[in-house]
Amino acid sequence: MTLLEVDNLVKHFPVKGGLFGGGGVVRAVDGVSFRIEPGHTVGVVGESGCGKTTTAKVVLGLEAPTSGTLRFEGADLQTLDAAGRRRYRRSVQAVFQDPFASLNPRMRVGAIITEPLVVHEQLGRGQVREHGLRLLDLVGLPERSIDLFPHEFSGGQRQRIAIARALALEPKLIVLDEPVSALDVSIRAQILNLLRDLQARLGLAYLFITHDLAAVAYMSHTVAVMYLGKLVEFGPARAVATEPQHPYTRALFAAALPSHPDERREDVPLAGEVPSPLAPPPGCRFHTRCSAVMERCSREEPPLVHTDGRLVACHLYSPTPGAGPWQPQRAALGSLTSPSFTTGGNP
Amino acid sequence: MTPLLELDHLTTRYVSARGARVVEAVSDISFRLEAGETLGIVGESGSGKTTLALSIMRLLPPAARIASGAVRFEGEDLVTKSDREMRRLRGKRIAMILQDPMASLNPLFTVGDQVAESLRVHEGASRRTAWSRARELLTAVKIPAPEARVREYPHQLSGGMRQRIVGAIAISCEPRLLIADEPTTSLDVTIQAQYLNLLRELQREHGLALIFITHNLGIVARMCDRVAVMYAGRLVEIGPVRRIFDSPAHPYTRALLESIPRLADSRARLTAIDGQPPDLAALPTGCAFHPRCPKVEDRCRREVPTDVTVAEDHRARCWLAAR
Repeated sequence: MTLLEVDNLVKHFPVKGGLFGGGGVVRAVDGVSFRIEPGHTVGVVGESGCGKTTTAKVVLGLEAPTSGTLRFEGADLQTLDAAGRRRYRRSVQAVFQDPFASLNPRMRVGAIITEPLVVHEQLGRGQVREHGLRLLDLVGLPERSIDLFPHEFSGGQRQRIAIARALALEPKLIVLDEPVSALDVSIRAQILNLLRDLQARLGLAYLFITHDLAAVAYMSHTVAVMYLGKLVEFGPARAVATEPQHPYTRALFAAALPSHPDERREDVPLAGEVPSPLAPPPGCRFHTRCSAVMERCSREEPPLVHTDGRLVACHLYSPTPGAGPWQPQRAALGSLTSPSFTTGGNP
Repeated sequence: MTPLLELDHLTTRYVSARGARVVEAVSDISFRLEAGETLGIVGESGSGKTTLALSIMRLLPPAARIASGAVRFEGEDLVTKSDREMRRLRGKRIAMILQDPMASLNPLFTVGDQVAESLRVHEGASRRTAWSRARELLTAVKIPAPEARVREYPHQLSGGMRQRIVGAIAISCEPRLLIADEPTTSLDVTIQAQYLNLLRELQREHGLALIFITHNLGIVARMCDRVAVMYAGRLVEIGPVRRIFDSPAHPYTRALLESIPRLADSRARLTAIDGQPPDLAALPTGCAFHPRCPKVEDRCRREVPTDVTVAEDHRARCWLAAR
């Protein structure tokens, strides 16, 4: 069964008018659909303001969606009773970017990583400590860490503590919001490897949010590319990274830094900057910066269509113009996220 | 011919209030930089790369001192210059771009004022000339509608545009050397690519020498002619970019290159470097990298490696490279 199904998710933030009037609505996420299968990683990439962090917050239940549905193991989250909500919150955990901000400096590591257990389960002291030691072992920290404070650890070790806490309730899905961006270069590989080992061992699914394109290609089975609150491309990680189709994805990956001085990338000019999500451009939101812009792009919003083994929202790939309202998204997503598709990649 | 910049056994130390603790953030560093060349300095946080840049600029915080060595710029030693002489040089012959453009710009002055300022100070230009030069400079850094932008304040601009303004200020007096300290870290991927292209163009047009301080080897691969790798305050390897990427001599450089995920990667696993970067106040004996080094030998634990020439223009501080 699909672990998490996000369907047509919308999150708008109303902006109050200031001293000089104004106000409006920030369209942070505007109709995004994707699925996460058990044991798989969906990577979300995009630049600031594309809505990737808002999407993560809605999945974590930290923000209520404006509209759209989230189904976890088939059950619509909105219809869940209190106990169901509680089960959902146990099953979905998070690791954030800054391990200096996400750990309470006045709590010992043992208390930090077992706090979720204490909150959710009735356990004796001895059992809690035992769990704590097992969690530390899982993330590769020595036993004596249990009695130390966060300031006694380096950035990489703190991120291990944050991962241990996320694992405490044996979740099925972990939201990773830029988990290695704040770490030193030589430490990043340790954490990425640890996350992949844990996934293989515990069958975890990840929603991996980052702006590091190479890391997302390394970690993910499926990649979702977002631009101004919209999904523009969604498909197998290797295919999206090596043969991007949407003009924005192409420009994004062309702008990625080379790993060798002789590596040459396709030159995809990308003029200007991301428009404000307060007033996104009509039609395709990317048309103001697109090198392949056509006349219809500023009028019609391109649907997500199935092309070359993935979904792309671009008129270059869409069927005949003016073919009526578009419907096939659910169907296309269904065939895309069938097990044979998602297990095909080898990240 | 004298190089544009030559560091000769430069050592910079931080000393705590009562002199109880001494940290050597830059330790015995030597290299040369020719006119028009681009040198990347890579290292992790705490490796001393920013202190190295501040030593060259003589902008060290009060607790830091250049303990020994020389920084020769166009043949003259900057270490022995007076503060007054340094002020005349900074912004004119050597300019710097920092990571956070909002911290480099004054929020209370217009963009035009700030770009014109160094022209008025260093070249004694009149307000009118300086402002018209400022408009040209904004055009040079590809800011759309420069006529309108000169009258705006930094908060009215996006991050990418602010960093362009900082770039315009840096090149306003046509310096010979530009030091960029993580200039694109706060920018998005596509904006970063635009900015790197711009720096390239400016460098070509003005024959600038560029020192690029970064933790990102991708930026080095894209921008630099030569690369210097720092670890725990020491220069552990320096050489031409292609040579370092193809045949690194120092195990740390090799490990760094292998630990980075690549876009078209088929590797099943990244090669991680064990352990943590060391604390400069409590360095391991011998080679500072030895506790993390996969090829450690007895000698590495006892003696600090000497600077060895591996090939033409390629040096490394490692006992293995010495053989």
